[in-house]
Amino acid sequence: MTYTAPTRDLLFSTVHLADLEGVAALPGNADATADLVEAILREAAKIGEEILAPINRSGDINGVKLVDGQVQTAAGWKEAYATFIEGGWNGLPFSPDRGGQGLPWLVATAIQEIWHASNMAFSLCTLLTQGAIKAIELHGSDQQKDTFMNNMISGIWSGTMNLTEADAGSDLAAVKTRAIADGDHYLISGQKIFITYGDHDLTENIIHLVLARLPDAPAGVKGISLFIVPKFLPDENGKWTVRNDIETISLEHKLGIHGSPTATLAYGSGKYRSDKNQKKTGAIGYLVGQENHGMSYMFTMMNVARLAVGIEGNGVADRAYQQSVRFANERVQGTAIENPKGARVTIVNHPDIKRMLMLQKCRIEALRSLGLVLGASFDKSLKHPDQEVRTFNQAMVEILTPIAKGYMTEMGLENVSIALQVHGGMGFIEQTGVAQHYRDQRITPIYEGTNGIQALDLVGRKLLRDQGDMARAVIEHIGKEMETVHHTTLSSMRAQVTEGLNAVEQSMNTILKMASGDTAGVDMKQAAAIADPYLRLWGTVMCGWQLAKAASVAMDFIDLDDGGDPFYRAKIETAKFYFAYEMPKVAYHQAVIKQSANCIANLDTAIFETLQ
Amino acid sequence: MKILVPVKRVIDANIRVRVKPDQTGVETANVKMAMNPFCEIAVEQALRLKEAGHAEEVIIVSAGPEKCQETIRTGLAMGADRGVHINTETTLEPLAIAKMIKAVAEKESADLVILGKQAIDDDNNQTGQMLAAIMQRPLGSYISKIEKNHDGFAITREIDAGLEKLQITSPAVVTTDLRLNEPRYASLPNIMKAKKKPIDIVTPEQLGVDISNRIEVLQVTEPPTRDAGVMVSSAAELVDKLKNEAKVI
Ligand SMILES: Cc1cc2nc3c(=O)[nH]c(=O)nc-3n(C[C@H](O)[C@H](O)[C@H](O)COP(=O)(O)OP(=O)(O)OC[C@H]3O[C@@H](n4cnc5c(N)ncnc54)[C@H](O)[C@@H]3O)c2cc1C
Repeated sequence: MTYTAPTRDLLFSTVHLADLEGVAALPGNADATADLVEAILREAAKIGEEILAPINRSGDINGVKLVDGQVQTAAGWKEAYATFIEGGWNGLPFSPDRGGQGLPWLVATAIQEIWHASNMAFSLCTLLTQGAIKAIELHGSDQQKDTFMNNMISGIWSGTMNLTEADAGSDLAAVKTRAIADGDHYLISGQKIFITYGDHDLTENIIHLVLARLPDAPAGVKGISLFIVPKFLPDENGKWTVRNDIETISLEHKLGIHGSPTATLAYGSGKYRSDKNQKKTGAIGYLVGQENHGMSYMFTMMNVARLAVGIEGNGVADRAYQQSVRFANERVQGTAIENPKGARVTIVNHPDIKRMLMLQKCRIEALRSLGLVLGASFDKSLKHPDQEVRTFNQAMVEILTPIAKGYMTEMGLENVSIALQVHGGMGFIEQTGVAQHYRDQRITPIYEGTNGIQALDLVGRKLLRDQGDMARAVIEHIGKEMETVHHTTLSSMRAQVTEGLNAVEQSMNTILKMASGDTAGVDMKQAAAIADPYLRLWGTVMCGWQLAKAASVAMDFIDLDDGGDPFYRAKIETAKFYFAYEMPKVAYHQAVIKQSANCIANLDTAIFETLQ
Repeated sequence: MKILVPVKRVIDANIRVRVKPDQTGVETANVKMAMNPFCEIAVEQALRLKEAGHAEEVIIVSAGPEKCQETIRTGLAMGADRGVHINTETTLEPLAIAKMIKAVAEKESADLVILGKQAIDDDNNQTGQMLAAIMQRPLGSYISKIEKNHDGFAITREIDAGLEKLQITSPAVVTTDLRLNEPRYASLPNIMKAKKKPIDIVTPEQLGVDISNRIEVLQVTEPPTRDAGVMVSSAAELVDKLKNEAKVI
């Protein structure tokens, strides 16, 4: 169950498809040259392949345990975490002033794939810490930044995101956890569920970021505040040794990511009542920013986290793909269809196996570069000196984020299923190992906002709110980019992307019309009914955009040298397959968008009342 | 003390090596390259000696095409101080390499040269021995342990009969065996710092070394593939086959 980090493809996409040069030209990014990125990728590959990948299976089999209120990770995880943070990897994208390395998000995005693919359950810890650091960096007070950020960036402390409650999942307006002001801090009480790395033994302290409600807060999302609630509080000497009143009630038994603890946390249960709050109940927490602004703070860091989950979804799929390739090259079964009397062949020779391998390959590579393009857009939206460029890249971030999260995880899900199928019966057997990827990957379309919620985001916040302005800017950009695909042999790909962009635009107009109530009897309900195919349509076209560009760059290289590099020839084959096999889905999604809204939106739920 | 570590850029150990169609050598174009694993061990040991306070400077040297600088940077990212790149496109033989390293070692007045015992591409296992001979320095080959003391170095060598413990004087040349240490991972901050560390570039001519080849390669071929084995049903059948078919007993 070896893992081979796709360093060459990550470097190719980072440099040639996601504009590393443009990102390196941004203020403060001068270090991020291609040779440095290559050196970083290669060392990260070693850590992923030699440290994280080998403990992936033991994490799955042994899982995590809750012993006397303390969560214990699987054997080998502590040592791996120590290697990871000693190498300074946790601080890659963060400010050098606080011990980080200040590398662009584009580079962080490339490296993250290696962490998630080599060991998804392990890397969730660092994913959550990254999100929590971002929240404090963007919205915390200077004192909070000084207190928490350095230790979280180094990785001595980890972070969590505490949103979900039994009654508040997709609908965070329903959050009930209470916060009461008490001097310079607040007292938090209530129960959070499904908290990833809510407790563990990898770090000295755990910094929970918790959504809670003040007593007089307005109802709904406008009444939610964000708090920093550390597992350990400082003692009189400033040492973080005093247990805060947070109890780990239980751990979930899950389909996958067994190595990652998913905890139910009780705040203010009284179990760890410290001297500080002996008479009052509640865990001590510190308000981030202003009261009642918690949801908006959450949203600013959500983009980064959503891309990270997209990368998980695609990265684990790549790991499964690699395994299916190795298997297909080894398993001997049947004879070649053109030579039935000949010797038995490895299954990689069968057309249907080739089809399954190519389908995975083309999607994985396309989505990989799409994620990197989004990473580069983060950088440009934050740092580009030209306001207009920043605004455009912000539009890219807004549009691409739900697509990256939704489509990368959705295609990843299809891909891991195909990878398993390539294995035949062995795929269903746990010992083979591909089953773990199939189980692990399954969470990615669910958490960090289900894919249903992503599609609604794309339709609601990203289309209806500005009547399609951002979306049109992105369409125009892709159109311009396709002009660089100049080779005549690629002209049909260019034409197909243009058709795809037209389809997106037409579907957008259909949705805008539905929602505006222009057509008699239709409303938002219709738009919501076709949000999913709308997201898939975008995803399909964007993957085509990336692969056509990749083929074009590859052709330039082939023209330059003797054309003998199989990597570039494979890029062209991969694009050809995608345009033949996947791109035709444009017409399908477009038809679904046109035809299905009515039969969903106006459906009477009575149809589900009786099961017979 | 100054330590010089010569390193070689080779095909990555995980890559399946292929013979070129014209049988003049192995295919290196578009193939992933990396630092020779024995050289990594050499770099690691130099760094450990420095960290223990026995050395002030660790210098990495590599001879070959421009891409060798990447390999030197790998050593710098592990923690070495600076690099020397001997720039040449010529295929190099061990003696030429030994002569060039000698020139650099003398120029840098290196007290200790640590090399890998062999490189995984050609498996020659010659450069270290040649270097010690032409420099007229004590040689500790295949070492699995090295300690600095006031007389020089206490070393343990891995030999066929077991372990051999020797004392050698400084300056010296040693070559590393697999068990000497486990090389560290370069940390991210060090990878970034390595970019700014200096690499001097010199040519074989500047070092006054004649690198013309003395060995002619006639043909490079894949090892013959092995035929599938046969299962025997009993020890008696095995003995019979060994006697009558293979005729080895
Ligand atoms: C392993 C794991 C780890 C997790 N880690 C964390 C964590 O670290 N921190 C944290 O806060 N949470 C975490 N979660 C919670 C996760 O984010 C939620 O489970 C997820 O957001 C969905 O919420 P829910 O489970 O309440 O499902 P529900 O919201 O009940 O959704 C059920 C279904 O209804 C759909 N749906 C709901 N509302 C709408 C709507 N308005 N329109 C259309 N469809 C809708 C959903 O798409 C879904 O298909 C984790 C969950 C799991 C399983």
